[in-house]
Amino acid sequence: MSKQSLEIIVNGENYFLAVEPNCTLMELLRDDLELTGAKEGCGEGVCGSCTVLMDGKPIRSCLTLALEASGSHITTVEGLAQHGDLDPLQQAFIDHGAVQCGFCTSGMLMSAKGFLLENPHAGKKEIRNALSGHICRCTGYTKIVEAVESVVDRSQEKR
Amino acid sequence: MEEFTVIGKRISKVDAVDKATGRALYIQDFKLPGMLYGRILYSKYPHARIIKVDTEKAKALPGVVTILTGEDIPPIRLGVYKDNPPLKSGKVRSCRDEVAAVAALDPEIAKEAIDLIEVTYEALPAIFDPEEALKPEAPLVHEDHKTNVLKMPWNLHYGDVEAARLEAAFNVQERFTTTWVTHCCMGTSGAIADVDNSNNLTVYTNTQIPSLAQKDFQETLKALGVKDRRVRVIKPSIGGGFGSKLDTYAYEHLAILLAWHARRPVKILFEREEEFLATSPRQPTVTYISMGCDREGKLLYRDMSMVLDNGAYTSWGATTPSVMMMPITSLYRVPNVRYTAKCVYTNNTYCQAMRGYGNPQATFAIESAIDMLAEAADIDRVEFRRINSNRPGDVTPQGLRITSCGLPECIDAVSKNLDFGQPREKGIGTGLASLIHVGGGARIYKSDGCGTMIKMDDYGKVDVFTGASDMGQGADTVIAQIVAEELGVKVEDIHVFHQDTDICPWDVGAHASRTTFVAGNSALGAARKIRLRLLAMASKATGVSEDKLVLKDRAFFAEGSPILPLPKLLRSSHFTPKGQMMMADNFYDPENENMGRDFRGNMSATYSFGTHGVRVKVDEATGKVEILDYIAAHDVGRAINPMLLDGQVHGGVLMGVGYALTEQVILENGRNMNPDFRDYKLLTAMDAIHSKPIVIETVDEKGPFGAKGIGEPGCVPTAPAIANAIYDAVGVRIRDLPITPEKVLAAIKKKKGAVSCGIDVFTQKEQPCE
Repeated sequence: MSKQSLEIIVNGENYFLAVEPNCTLMELLRDDLELTGAKEGCGEGVCGSCTVLMDGKPIRSCLTLALEASGSHITTVEGLAQHGDLDPLQQAFIDHGAVQCGFCTSGMLMSAKGFLLENPHAGKKEIRNALSGHICRCTGYTKIVEAVESVVDRSQEKR
Repeated sequence: MEEFTVIGKRISKVDAVDKATGRALYIQDFKLPGMLYGRILYSKYPHARIIKVDTEKAKALPGVVTILTGEDIPPIRLGVYKDNPPLKSGKVRSCRDEVAAVAALDPEIAKEAIDLIEVTYEALPAIFDPEEALKPEAPLVHEDHKTNVLKMPWNLHYGDVEAARLEAAFNVQERFTTTWVTHCCMGTSGAIADVDNSNNLTVYTNTQIPSLAQKDFQETLKALGVKDRRVRVIKPSIGGGFGSKLDTYAYEHLAILLAWHARRPVKILFEREEEFLATSPRQPTVTYISMGCDREGKLLYRDMSMVLDNGAYTSWGATTPSVMMMPITSLYRVPNVRYTAKCVYTNNTYCQAMRGYGNPQATFAIESAIDMLAEAADIDRVEFRRINSNRPGDVTPQGLRITSCGLPECIDAVSKNLDFGQPREKGIGTGLASLIHVGGGARIYKSDGCGTMIKMDDYGKVDVFTGASDMGQGADTVIAQIVAEELGVKVEDIHVFHQDTDICPWDVGAHASRTTFVAGNSALGAARKIRLRLLAMASKATGVSEDKLVLKDRAFFAEGSPILPLPKLLRSSHFTPKGQMMMADNFYDPENENMGRDFRGNMSATYSFGTHGVRVKVDEATGKVEILDYIAAHDVGRAINPMLLDGQVHGGVLMGVGYALTEQVILENGRNMNPDFRDYKLLTAMDAIHSKPIVIETVDEKGPFGAKGIGEPGCVPTAPAIANAIYDAVGVRIRDLPITPEKVLAAIKKKKGAVSCGIDVFTQKEQPCE
């Protein structure tokens, strides 16, 4: 297969690349750009560990071809912190004990981030629903949901 | 009450920032220069002779570097029973048997090469039911073993069960079964092996047993004719353990063998389907139990026998009866106990330890039967458990010495929080179940120890080198807290190394909920050595007697005021003629005992207890079980870090709920029918239950700051608590895990006298009404 050119913005940086047509976005991020924060937990879109934001929306990078992301803004877990300051969601995961083995964490964070961008005042049930496409084997989800909820509360206070 | 500055605080995991920013590196993220990619060909049959393995076409594929078959490797035997070669020759005994391995320039070429290997098999009659495998006419899985029954005679009898049975006023006799469930670690298995020019070996691998793995890998080097070379095990961040990584596996040894032949680093990384097919689940059991009590409800005897499906090879799953003996002889006071267990070879997948190590299977039978016995005796089920509760100072029939014991408090806490007396609603019921587990190590291996080395620099920063393994549970954080408390510094002053056998001391492994207790005590002992030296030096420097000095917040205090900063003392002791650095080591091996020939022995230095209570709603039209409330009370000695403790309980409980209701590896004729997350039903955030952990602190005299283990207990009593609640709700007793809606519905219909019980969604077969 011949490579095709791809222009993509990842965590604010422009890339001009040549990729195989069957290269997934996950492979592009992990292998070519060495952004290994997105994880492959199942490779078939069920576990959610590979979730990144494409133009602000959470997507499964293992099911997305790199070429489908052409011209898009991609945000990975590495792009959440700004100038060394953690995103409030990251801080909430750390403070609430929402991280154990950590393998699902980046996917959870990216889905939660994308969800909160659209639903800044979501309730517990909506958060659970938004995260229901992610598998975590360590935490029982309790503290992950609490962590996301804590960020929701703060954004309400600001209003 | 003692005042602590670090112990008992909700401190974030020391690696949480790395994990929340994507910096933490897992085996998936490691790549070495020149690295090849390995892949394994598994058997097509559950039991067959290998007639021929033709690798010619695969060898001809450009990019293929090395291909190995069972004929190409030296004799290497893996596992507890040394019955498992990393590549099989002659015959295969299960569908996960490794037949060939390939190393290639990239994963796609390796995959293609595997497809090009042609294997000719001659199928053999196979055996999949462990009870059938006991029969004399059953096909033998290992002919040279002469029998399918493993020569591990688990067989104990304390007191006189038959006499007690005659004496008992009430008896129950039941059969329970459990099936395979699997760890489902989010990070799949993987290893990289690298052999240098002097034949020193480095293995990057997901393991819970770095020191024992090092020894296993040394054996493989030895089989290759290399003696006395260094083996280094490097443990990346691990995407979940739960007991799955307590042995070394064929894939690790194949990475070594491929790297040896290719003289290049080789990585083998499982895909998810392979993770389901080729890793070892929890051991399934068939349990027969009878139990009796007197008129007052006092237990008189417990009589249990089990058949365990070992699968085709033997890993630690086969030794789970050693831990099952603990609840069988010692959960509640029971004077007369008999237990026999047979582990049986079949052509199914072979089994391994999984969170609880046999305890969930045994406790499912015991605690279900306890409820039935309480009902037979017409005694309230909470009261029945109080009557029989273990107490501090008890010595159980197996010789377990109960020191701290908060079981009565756990039962009370659940009773108070769940309100068993609430007015009844249709379809709603409550249930409870308790647990005992090892909380102070478990002497299964000849040493139950852990080493620690500590060095403190001129500024009060501390490096701790521990044998312990963190796999996400927070071992590194708990050790940092223990050392920080003892040395009067902050957690952020501590760096815990646990990833590398070149620098970390020996440890038997992250199993048996032993790390906080054993590695914690080891670290505490090393820190204490430094603390005592620091106090002596500070006393000399300040003229204040040691007993008047308090070391905390990076300084020495006298009468409540800081009089000497710790870094200043450290520098003055270093930069002086005959100066000294602060370094110490400690090896801690708890005072627990190996089992004797009669299986007696105090296997743990202390025991953890707990009681779970649950309120469920059962839909009588569908059989669906909904969990309304869940209370998990645990006697943990002392909570070193209540936040991490909650995490262990929430996670353990949900794993237990999956075990109870949804999870099963479906094997049909030895073949895995649901090797993916769509068909293996893990609970998600939508199903997650509201569980409330309750911590009972009994401050164990042997534990570090009084702590006992809590890694496994959360998933031990979950299934029987739920089964008991279902019975309370709708009057049906489910004796076989998982308790699927189909089983509940079938039992409800049977109770109502109906005959048609629908289709089982998992097997697609007609579900008979029992």
